Amino acid sequence: MSQATLYMISGLAVFAVCLYGLVVHAHLLRKILALNILGTGVFIVLAGVARRGPEVDPVPQAMALTGIVVAVSATAFALALLRSVHRSSGTTYLPEEESESEDPDRRGSG
Amino acid sequence: MEVLSAPWVVGPIVLPLLAATLAFVLRARAALTVSLLAALGIVLTVAALTAQVATDGAQSYPLGGWEAPLGIELYADGLSVLMLLMTALVGAATSFYAVGYFGQGWSVAGVRPGDYSDRYGAFWPLWMFLWASLNILFLSADIFNLYIALEVLGISAAALVTIGGGRTAISAAMRYLLVSLLGSLAYLMAVALLYGAYGTLSVGLLGELVEAEPTAFAALALITVGMALKTALFPLHFWLPPAHANASTPVSALLSALVVKGSFYLILRLWFDVFPDEMLPAAGQLMGLLGAGAIVWGSILAIRQERLKLLIAYSTAAQLGYLFLLFPLATAGAGFDAWSGGIYHALSHAFAKAAMFMAAGIILHVLEHDNIEDMVGLSQRLPVTTASFGIAGVTLLGLPTSGGFTAKWLLLSAAIEEGRWDLALVVLAGGLLAAVYLFLVLNKMYLNRPMSGEKLHSPPRLMEAMTFALAGISLALGLVSAPVLELLRIGAPFASVLVVWSP
Repeated sequence: MSQATLYMISGLAVFAVCLYGLVVHAHLLRKILALNILGTGVFIVLAGVARRGPEVDPVPQAMALTGIVVAVSATAFALALLRSVHRSSGTTYLPEEESESEDPDRRGSG
Repeated sequence: MEVLSAPWVVGPIVLPLLAATLAFVLRARAALTVSLLAALGIVLTVAALTAQVATDGAQSYPLGGWEAPLGIELYADGLSVLMLLMTALVGAATSFYAVGYFGQGWSVAGVRPGDYSDRYGAFWPLWMFLWASLNILFLSADIFNLYIALEVLGISAAALVTIGGGRTAISAAMRYLLVSLLGSLAYLMAVALLYGAYGTLSVGLLGELVEAEPTAFAALALITVGMALKTALFPLHFWLPPAHANASTPVSALLSALVVKGSFYLILRLWFDVFPDEMLPAAGQLMGLLGAGAIVWGSILAIRQERLKLLIAYSTAAQLGYLFLLFPLATAGAGFDAWSGGIYHALSHAFAKAAMFMAAGIILHVLEHDNIEDMVGLSQRLPVTTASFGIAGVTLLGLPTSGGFTAKWLLLSAAIEEGRWDLALVVLAGGLLAAVYLFLVLNKMYLNRPMSGEKLHSPPRLMEAMTFALAGISLALGLVSAPVLELLRIGAPFASVLVVWSP
């Protein structure tokens, strides 16, 4: 097995584990972390793709760098949103769907 | 395909990005002016681009003069310009509606009259970023550039939901953001796989290279699931109703009318431009099944709602199902009819749904609640608003001269041509179910009984005018179907196998 293949398989494994984590964990911080590491799984695959040939391909590296920038800002926004969820509802979990859609005191819009 | 003579294609991308950046640093009033100017500029450049595509055919524009394999290309054909036009018209109308909405300093959610600086401050830059990302999405011919557009779209949309400010709005935004990020990352994984296998990011080149092999199947699955999640295809629609119903009304209109169409467009574009035909039929059947499920299940949930905005949001989940009916039909060979039927539905639904949410926003303002039960006799107090709601409803029902009629006609004839009576039945049943939930509301509104006598706020004129205009467009879309379909043929994936009337 070449190094590139090893990287790609590891990346896919990280992706799969984080997808599992995202689904089974209810705590929002865990969900955000799972998404963040899930992105890293994609970047590892990209790193493997860059090493396919005899020479390093710069395009996947550029994609991974851009992806990291996006991931940093998305995670920052998600964490900020988590803080306001905690501030407004006093919990770090999302409400069940039924109670959320039938909540009568929602007057955010007008 | 030729390089553009006048690069109108750059306008719809540069203008909102510029306005978004300026709106962040300017004070509320200036941000508003800049955004409205950008909105007008976008409408004009999109109109110019449409005329260009209509006369010269599909266009491509290499950014910075770098051609496709190395550089990033913009590409505009009939489908892209129709999506741009839809976004421009709904976007401009919603912008003016938002001026009335945020400018009134409405006495809800603890906002005193005049105290709207914070809402203003957040809405305009985020909306301009959202608009820019939609336009980039419709114009990109590079799969990585599409990923960037998707992420900007997802993040700005989730941020817009928080403007509602309430506890449920923030929770809905959180759920929406998580779903949206997961969808984009699944898409990015597909991009990595496609680049790893074929060594290019250009949609056009991938279309020539991709073969039916395991990597391509994995990429197809990741793209489809990721984007189905973002488009809220049944059974992945759980996040949509809370997010769309609890956002501020202009945001609800934008999300329901435009944002879900962005990820749908991506599925459509990549399925038919990148992946070879033999890969699609089985997956197409599955999409059709889920689409049918969405129509039935979404409609039933819409019937059960007691709040108007939630009813409209569940109706979106149902109506999105029609878009996915095009996949089993188009991949089986019904081709252009099915394809154009789905797209026509996307167009008319955008106008109708924006109008319905805007009408609901006015009702919410006037009554200070949106309980359907208490809307008896509303048509006497708000004749224009209730009429707009009714007209937009006609499109959802698919009655003649509305855009919804043309869309359903095309889908039905494709289904019958293919002998798919089950899908034809779903198209008709969806219309009936829509009739049930719409008449539940309209019956109340048009009951000839005076409302209880308390004093009501007067409805803002500008908002009523915008709502009525969008409802009118959704109704008139059925009358202009010939030129729209002609435009849609330009660069269409099925254009080659059809006898196309050409000048």
